[in-house]
Amino acid sequence: MAPRERGATDPAGERELLTAGDVARTVARMAHQIIEKTALGAPSASKVVLLGIPTRGAPLARRLAAHIAEFSGVDVPTGTLDVTLYRDDLRRRPNRPLETTTLPAGGVDNRLVVLVDDVLFSGRTIRAALDALRDHGRPNAVQLAVLVDRGHRELPIRADYVGKNVPTARSEEVAVLLAETDGRDGVLLRRGPSREVTS
Amino acid sequence: MRHLLSAEGLDLAAATAVLDTADSLKQALLGREVRKLPTLRGRTVVTMFYENSTRTRVSFEVAGKWMSADVVNVSASGSSVGKGESLRDTALTLSAVGADCVIVRHPASGAAHRLAGWLDGTGTCVVNAGDGTHEHPTQALLDAATLRDRLGELAGRRVAIVGDVLHSRVARSNVHLLTTLGAEVVLVAPPTLLPVGVDTWPVTVSHHLDAELPSLDAVMLLRVQAERMHGGFFPSAKEYSLAYGLNQARLRLLPEHAVVLHPGPMLRGMEIASAVADSPRAAITDQVRNGVHVRMAVLYHLLAGEEAVA
Repeated sequence: MAPRERGATDPAGERELLTAGDVARTVARMAHQIIEKTALGAPSASKVVLLGIPTRGAPLARRLAAHIAEFSGVDVPTGTLDVTLYRDDLRRRPNRPLETTTLPAGGVDNRLVVLVDDVLFSGRTIRAALDALRDHGRPNAVQLAVLVDRGHRELPIRADYVGKNVPTARSEEVAVLLAETDGRDGVLLRRGPSREVTS
Repeated sequence: MRHLLSAEGLDLAAATAVLDTADSLKQALLGREVRKLPTLRGRTVVTMFYENSTRTRVSFEVAGKWMSADVVNVSASGSSVGKGESLRDTALTLSAVGADCVIVRHPASGAAHRLAGWLDGTGTCVVNAGDGTHEHPTQALLDAATLRDRLGELAGRRVAIVGDVLHSRVARSNVHLLTTLGAEVVLVAPPTLLPVGVDTWPVTVSHHLDAELPSLDAVMLLRVQAERMHGGFFPSAKEYSLAYGLNQARLRLLPEHAVVLHPGPMLRGMEIASAVADSPRAAITDQVRNGVHVRMAVLYHLLAGEEAVA
């Protein structure tokens, strides 16, 4: 497939919001913001742990950690946090396979945990992540980093670091592609299944 | 998955899904401060045991509680069963009371299957925790989980099931599940303890334990079920033990990596020597530990997802 111009819409109703280059720049910027906001490396600051929410939050967390190490020289431990067992929509969907949870050796107690996910939508995944985190220990604070915030929150949750804010319709679908899971980087906006929009 | 009635009814995809979920759950609970997941909050699980059991009942109860389900235990003695209530009426009562899942152990083969038929349309699912001499699917799943831990993938592995195959639901479930997972099964037993029709099973049959031992990846010993034996199946306990018991001399015939399993309860000195049961080659306590995770996985697959469209 030939590379498309950003913003171009193909007949299938798919629009590229971020190209591979945009994704790389955005992740790098978020790494800078995390370093700044968490006062990383300062003696008084809490130790930071990045926890990716599978599937795509996990490689994003590792990319952020690599950038943070490159920019600040501080190695930030990363891990993954599967929230499937904490979801509130388990009975509304077919059974989901479980993903892995791997916490860094030091755990999360007294750390500043930055949750990392690809898309922030209803906020329900993050609610589940907060519940899951509580069963693993007591962090000093929890922050949230997302590559795309597409709006339509159903819970009082907001992100501390946002790669890109994208106004969307509820029926649309935001697909984040990462080389680790999808073979290439990019963010696509797809027109959802045609149905009447109810307000 | 609507019910879990037999290992025979599990295809490779379903069996692998349960085993993978069990692995994830085990790993998710490892080293945690709070060993409890909120996944099945508000669901009610009833265990209904018409036969004695320690590990299976406790294991299901712990599995349900770690998933935050409400677990109610019913035993035949001390319930209306003692007053002569039928299995069907008891099951309908439990369903009407609000049980989302009934876990049943019963001395009659096929009891779980009948129960599932009666409860059709009530939304209550049934898990077979052992029905007579027919099947005990969660035992086979936890055995497979233990073997996967120790040996990796089971395809192409050679597993012997030794002893009282005739009366053993564990043997039947294991034959089906291990074959589904691609392992080769050898039944080793005296001719009197093999069921009629064993020649149609996907297994090879042997009467000589010593000859089989060097080629095995795992050996599973079965308890001699005296409570189901009415008649002389072998001359004496000592003779059985000499021919089919796993003692230390026989342990040395097994390859270095081979695993020793026993579904419990063990009769030490009968089918397994005490020193063998306590040796690091035996995975008997691992089996019990995995039992909880496997049963959590079964409850997850039956209760957590969207109601399946039948």
